Amino acid sequence: MNTIDKEREELETLLPWHAAGTLNRRDAERVEKALAADRELMRRFDLAREELNETIHLNESLGAPSARAMEKLFAAIDAEPVRRPKVSLNLATRFANFVAGFSPRTIALATAAGALAIVLQAGVITTGLIKYEAATQVAKQETVTRTDLASAEVSDGTLAAIRFTPKAEMSQITAFLINNKASMIDGPTTAGGMYTIRLPETGQAKEDHIRQMAAQTAIVDLIAPKQ
Amino acid sequence: MQATADEVLIGRIASGDRLAMQVLFARHHVRVYRFVLRLVRDESTAEDLISEVFLDVWRQAGRFEGRSAVSTWLLAIARFKALSALRRRPDEELDEETAASIEDTSDNPETALEKKDKSAIIRKCLMGLSAEHREIIDLVYYHEKSVEEVAQIVSIPENTVKTRMFYARKRLAELLKAEGIERGWP
Repeated sequence: MNTIDKEREELETLLPWHAAGTLNRRDAERVEKALAADRELMRRFDLAREELNETIHLNESLGAPSARAMEKLFAAIDAEPVRRPKVSLNLATRFANFVAGFSPRTIALATAAGALAIVLQAGVITTGLIKYEAATQVAKQETVTRTDLASAEVSDGTLAAIRFTPKAEMSQITAFLINNKASMIDGPTTAGGMYTIRLPETGQAKEDHIRQMAAQTAIVDLIAPKQ
Repeated sequence: MQATADEVLIGRIASGDRLAMQVLFARHHVRVYRFVLRLVRDESTAEDLISEVFLDVWRQAGRFEGRSAVSTWLLAIARFKALSALRRRPDEELDEETAASIEDTSDNPETALEKKDKSAIIRKCLMGLSAEHREIIDLVYYHEKSVEEVAQIVSIPENTVKTRMFYARKRLAELLKAEGIERGWP
């Protein structure tokens, strides 16, 4: 078998995947080029498309499972031991573990949106509810808004409550926390999307630091000391 | 609003998020069911198996490494479950018998073409393929899996995936020929 025949045979084996649209760009282009110049190959490609069409038709005719499958599943899940969410105190570990679960393709296509949705899920999804509920919560926690911060009495301690702006990207938040030597402790809260962070300073130094962070309005929507 | 990525759902499931499990189940259970049903050919068994598949996901979500798409992972688990179930069924009819019965019961080619349209015959022959061949045809055409993904699900080398697909299509052509449809290939 010469090189041309071998190449054609290889391309022919790829026809089913080309019909299904699951070839990578390079192989798809190779097949397209060959199809344009080879009528017999094109005829065989049509056979693959015919098989594709009937396979889809056949599978779609199989129907769907009854509700029993779902009921059985969740009954089994309910019988499982309760799982406590793991909360890492180390920001770097927390984000590293989070990103490690993604494939390269997913990272390329979806990490930005997906990760942002995780980090800021409450803030993004419940924007309409947040303002009212967060305000209530913030008041209860004796925290202050950015505009009130300058005149507020702030307590000593190492913790702060923070909410990021919906437009803040994960990379910005990460850099922000690193630059401020802050560690993510907890969050987001279901009502308000607030996170708890740990700061290195105490007393007046902490108050000054919070004021500086509050000025970064592109990232910080709300920040206040927390006992 | 953009749908939450499967990988994100798996992360939440690993933390015990029941709602995330419901979303993942709703998103994938029909395709997983059809994949399993095509292998085990019994609706009740297939329903039981998809419950087991997703229960495994609930238990093992923390170990998901993201090296493949979630749907690929699901199908790999489903395949393992289906094959295990088949091994527990000693009276499972042989695929060869199934294929033979199709050939035996067919009318002569002319009659077959008069009685049935081509699409129906192709689907009948697709059902008459062996489990191995049905599986690869379904993964490629219905579940839209790439060569690499099929290799992961079936646990065979990529070249074997291509070869197996070729022979599955070749067998399909033979069944079609027996039904009076000559495709001129392979």
